[in-house]
Amino acid sequence: MGRITLDKVTKSFGATEVIPPLDLTIEDGEFTVFVGPSGCGKSTLLRLIAGLEDVTSGQIRIDGQDATMTPPAKRGLAMVFQSYALYPHMSVRKNIAFPMKMAGIDEAEQNRRIESAAKALNLTDYLERKPGQLSGGQRQRVAIGRAIVREPAAFLFDEPLSNLDAALRVGMRMEISELHKKLATTMIYVTHDQVEAMTMADKIVVLRSGHIEQVGSPLELYHSPRNLFVAGFIGSPKMNFIEGSEAAKYDAHTVGIRPEHIAISDSGGAWSGVVGVSEHLGSDTFFHIHDTGLAETITVRADGEVGFRHGDRVSLTPRTDVMHRFDAQGLRITA
Amino acid sequence: MATQHSRSAARIMMAPAVILLLGWMLVPLTMTLLFSFKKYLPLRGGDLGWVGFDNYIRFVSSSAFWPSVQATLVIVGGVLAITVIFGVLLALLLDQPMWGQGIVRILVIAPFFVMPTVSALVWKNMFMDPVNGLFAHLWKAFGAEPISWLSEASMQSIILIVSWQWLPFATLILLTAIQSLDSEQLEAAEMDGASPLARFGYIILPHLGRAITVVVLIQTIFLLSIFAEIFVTTGGSFGTRTLTFLIFQRVLESQNVGLGSAGGVYAIILANIVAAFLMRIVGKNLDA
Amino acid sequence: MARSVTQQRKAINTVAAWAVGLLIFFPILWTILTSFKTEAQAINDPPLFFFFDWTLENYAVVQERSDYMRFLWNSIAIAGGSTVLGIIIAIPAAWSMAFVPSKRTKDILLWMLSTKMLPAVGVLYPIYLIFIRLGMLDSRTGLIIVLMLCNLPIIVWMLYTYFKEIPGEILEAARMDGAGLKEEILYVLTPMAIPGIASTLLLNIILAWNEAFWTLNLTAAKAAPLTAFIASYSSPEGLFYAKLSAASTMAIAPILILGWFSQKQLVRGLTFGAVK
Repeated sequence: MGRITLDKVTKSFGATEVIPPLDLTIEDGEFTVFVGPSGCGKSTLLRLIAGLEDVTSGQIRIDGQDATMTPPAKRGLAMVFQSYALYPHMSVRKNIAFPMKMAGIDEAEQNRRIESAAKALNLTDYLERKPGQLSGGQRQRVAIGRAIVREPAAFLFDEPLSNLDAALRVGMRMEISELHKKLATTMIYVTHDQVEAMTMADKIVVLRSGHIEQVGSPLELYHSPRNLFVAGFIGSPKMNFIEGSEAAKYDAHTVGIRPEHIAISDSGGAWSGVVGVSEHLGSDTFFHIHDTGLAETITVRADGEVGFRHGDRVSLTPRTDVMHRFDAQGLRITA
Repeated sequence: MATQHSRSAARIMMAPAVILLLGWMLVPLTMTLLFSFKKYLPLRGGDLGWVGFDNYIRFVSSSAFWPSVQATLVIVGGVLAITVIFGVLLALLLDQPMWGQGIVRILVIAPFFVMPTVSALVWKNMFMDPVNGLFAHLWKAFGAEPISWLSEASMQSIILIVSWQWLPFATLILLTAIQSLDSEQLEAAEMDGASPLARFGYIILPHLGRAITVVVLIQTIFLLSIFAEIFVTTGGSFGTRTLTFLIFQRVLESQNVGLGSAGGVYAIILANIVAAFLMRIVGKNLDA
Repeated sequence: MARSVTQQRKAINTVAAWAVGLLIFFPILWTILTSFKTEAQAINDPPLFFFFDWTLENYAVVQERSDYMRFLWNSIAIAGGSTVLGIIIAIPAAWSMAFVPSKRTKDILLWMLSTKMLPAVGVLYPIYLIFIRLGMLDSRTGLIIVLMLCNLPIIVWMLYTYFKEIPGEILEAARMDGAGLKEEILYVLTPMAIPGIASTLLLNIILAWNEAFWTLNLTAAKAAPLTAFIASYSSPEGLFYAKLSAASTMAIAPILILGWFSQKQLVRGLTFGAVK
């Protein structure tokens, strides 16, 4: 079981308030991702849940029990750190055994769990090595192994993939998702990378300066961002924002349109502009269009290879049915 | 970056060290302060009552005071000048590529590990003795009259002995600092047309500034209180009575604790002035 | 520097550096050589370098006359005891300052260092009095305590600078893994800091071994370590060069060897991390 409830939790360092009063419930078995730009308080929030920091006020409940003052060792949570935080003087086996040793689990059971975790994580051949002799991906697996064997109420991940190279990151992302499917344990995952958030989460919590901007499933966030911040943060390339008279046509202060929702053609569209930089990815092409009179640049995504060149004048057609409208406060206008 | 639990644990774990040092500092210091305002002669009547600032005035006005301050400053200044200048040169030399660098390093560092009483005795007898010392042999070999080092050139001799002990320390620290210099900086300067002398003056020396300051301050603190070297060699005669030694004589030899304590307070003030500068540098480093 | 140095230049460097190195080392070398001579050879003019009748007689005489082993044992007990005791007290304090820093941590660290700078002579008599009162004059226990207090600031500082380099996340991981404070320090911090603790141990043993103010002033016979053993040779007996040399060699040899092992750590330790 791992239902975690934050009730009016705040955190201040001295006079600076990092987390203003915040309420959040993470359901048992849910994969929740905290995402936001650096300094948004997402790591602090995770450390509050872990018990590595004290809350300034408010309450944290784990499975209905008040855990606000419980030391981290007693919360029954496991954490995977950004730097992996493996014990360099212990072998992989001893690293994985450590939490069980602390919990006083007998040796036979320890070995059984180590073997099964090692098998699941492809670490069987490396059990006697020291962390220093492992690659980044293997270290990551050991850190996960150390977390699994405790059979915790919830797993906490603090940007666990940011020290891996791009190719490895995609692979580990899938493995963690796979693990979640298999264990069905609550996981809280902190990242600044919205792609990780979108691909892994059941529920995304978007944070900015300690505030929750929006909570929802990846597609909810994609389709109905509650404000300009979420709209700009979720989705890649970034949503285009247009203000002024063009926005007024739609009864909005600002309208947002995603690059994939604009069609590009020689002529006949609603807007026109000049092609600046274009990025060819093979599968699709991103055009950065200037001189539209709407915004400094409008980014457009086209499927596959499209033959426009730098300096070509082009015509753009936005799909008005998936256009997002925002008021002067930056909030979404519904209906 | 911590919780209430770990903060209170931290306080408890720090307590033994803090309390011990606080006691170590305050108890004797308070006693010294108290004694310094008393006429206190343990062998001639013991505690003879309060005398106000008499001891302070007497200590400063005694004919031995100013010479002892002068002796202290000459020794400290002389040793600092020698160790820093030769330390820099030696560090530059040891930084060059050569065969057997490790062994040379070991040879150079060795004097630092020799206990002060041993180095003082060895220098006094085996080198500086006017009859049988090596220097005497050397002088005679060149037809010169052997010098009675510790009486005729007492200051120079003590400065030589102490410098020999501290040169390794200065060299080692300066060498470490030189080795931390980014070699690309020197190559850039070379590309810019700087001569070896200019590279030393404009790049290496400024880079060493901080290390030199640290050497000067740490050595000053130790040098202000050198004791064994004087105790064993001249016993404070021939103008080598430093402030430390003068206080030692007042307290233990003439058993005038009040007077000696007043001297001790002066020494503490002097050391604190130097220490304040060192603290600044070390403190700055803490933030970095 | 990716640059080829001509062999000629390297040869010149080598000769110069070895010459200077040997010059600096010469007093020690000369002492060691003299310790194997007879008294007559020791003061021979011209001085004898290697071609003399090597003898171990001086060592036997020194041991017999002044019971070297007793002084040696006192030195080992005092230097080792004070350092180990200091480290035991300093580890928890350094843990606190390195991993749970507060606004006052820096002030406390600097204050600790400042106690090291109090001139010993300024407080000699009070300590002397306290020692008489407590019956600790000329006792190993008394010297262990005094030298421990003298070196405690350096020990705390050295451990602090080493602990600072251990990432806090690893200790947090231990906490998440269910380790209490005791387990965290015993199973995670201490094993990780072994190299740092070892060099702290070594450097402070050297400092305590060579300490020559308190050891000379607070001992008479029973607890006197090697510093006092040597000082006793400053009397006219010191004119027996060969024996003086043998005694000196015996006093410095153990620490010279330890010192050579620890020279890499020396700089950092002695400059409190200001030069690395």
